[in-house]
Amino acid sequence: MIAILKYNAGNIKSVQNALTRLGYKSNITDNPSELLNADKVIFPGVGEASSAIHYLRDRGLDKTIISLKQPVLGICLGLQLMCRFSEEGETTCMGIFDSDVRLFPPVEKIPHMGWNNCLTIKGDLFKGITVKDDLYYVHSYYAEISSCTVATCDYIVPFSAAMQKDNFYATQFHPEKSAETGEKILKNFLEL
Amino acid sequence: MLKKRIIPCLDIKDGRTVKGVNFINLIDAGDPVELAKVYVKQGADELVFLDITATIENRKALAALVERIATEINIPFTVGGGIDTVKDVSILIKAGADKVTVNSSAVRRPELISEIAGQFGSQCVVVAIDTKLVDGEWRVVVDGGRTLTELKTISWANMVEELGAGEILLTSMNNDGTKSGFSLDIAGEVSRNVNIPVIASGGAGSMEHFSQVFFNTECSAALAASIFHFGKIDIRELKKYLKHEGIAIR
Repeated sequence: MIAILKYNAGNIKSVQNALTRLGYKSNITDNPSELLNADKVIFPGVGEASSAIHYLRDRGLDKTIISLKQPVLGICLGLQLMCRFSEEGETTCMGIFDSDVRLFPPVEKIPHMGWNNCLTIKGDLFKGITVKDDLYYVHSYYAEISSCTVATCDYIVPFSAAMQKDNFYATQFHPEKSAETGEKILKNFLEL
Repeated sequence: MLKKRIIPCLDIKDGRTVKGVNFINLIDAGDPVELAKVYVKQGADELVFLDITATIENRKALAALVERIATEINIPFTVGGGIDTVKDVSILIKAGADKVTVNSSAVRRPELISEIAGQFGSQCVVVAIDTKLVDGEWRVVVDGGRTLTELKTISWANMVEELGAGEILLTSMNNDGTKSGFSLDIAGEVSRNVNIPVIASGGAGSMEHFSQVFFNTECSAALAASIFHFGKIDIRELKKYLKHEGIAIR
């Protein structure tokens, strides 16, 4: 069973719909034992960093996520909350990835909204994907490039399109909204 | 590089697509989900569904439709038509819409924009602005173009950005339905004056019209309805053409 973390962020149902299209059963839950016992955990989300992290901390879910041993996939806000710190609401995040999250400088339109390709890709998530393939993004904050970065994208500045450390994977783009390319990436994660 | 988006718009009435469609091999041309799937296959970057009846009785039908779209479509989509309250938004977002679009209701009560942005995030608030050139001045019109307001289009665009809109869908009523091209002057002016993405709408009649709007304005996307529905322009062909013209296209 795939567990999708239930918390105060949007876009969670979309992830479940994408998994269903790929033929995987999933369970939207905030129950720690269900999360701990799932084959894989997805940590999705569109929302605001400080209110999301407070929600998770109040319920001890941040500690649960950090303690997970199975493959975990953070998406969008999920990726940002797995970093050290976010400028959005001056938020101390979970610190899984050694990267900070910054607001895009306002030299081009914000949010970075739409389809963009990666500059570099590596690792299991990107099997069968090329740097020419476009993925769907919608975000105003970005994770700086660090040693955990496994894919980079460029909008105003180069930033982390995907990150990985041990069993923790994360994407800034929305694989669940990125047509066939996104489905391949989700499938790569699900087949880990 | 961030790509320019091509967005087909589907008008919905009682859960069915309104305008005629002459796609071959379509099981049910009036079914918005079937039509949406064709567009996704052709390479549409996003979809917009506008409920043009938008009565309270139709709300439930719309939510059920949105749920079906969300189950079957793997690209982002926006839903609009008659959204007056945060509760209306909540129902559509829960059903699986990625974004909602508000128009007349936001002009009447601008706080609606910040209320939606506060609860669901700016990224899901698309403010639709219908504009008309009156005595040399671009003004905002509401109620599907029937009511002229005192608002100047540029000031309203700036205001919706400040209130937390994530995107503007700008339709020129002078051009809408004419197939004579997008209104490059107001689309250019609005897209230069705000720092959120602007979708140009109204007037698309040929592939050149799309390249014009991308070359001459800072619009991030272009939306059209009938030329796609009637098969006059195939999205695949359009995207091939725009790429050849040197525009960043998925």
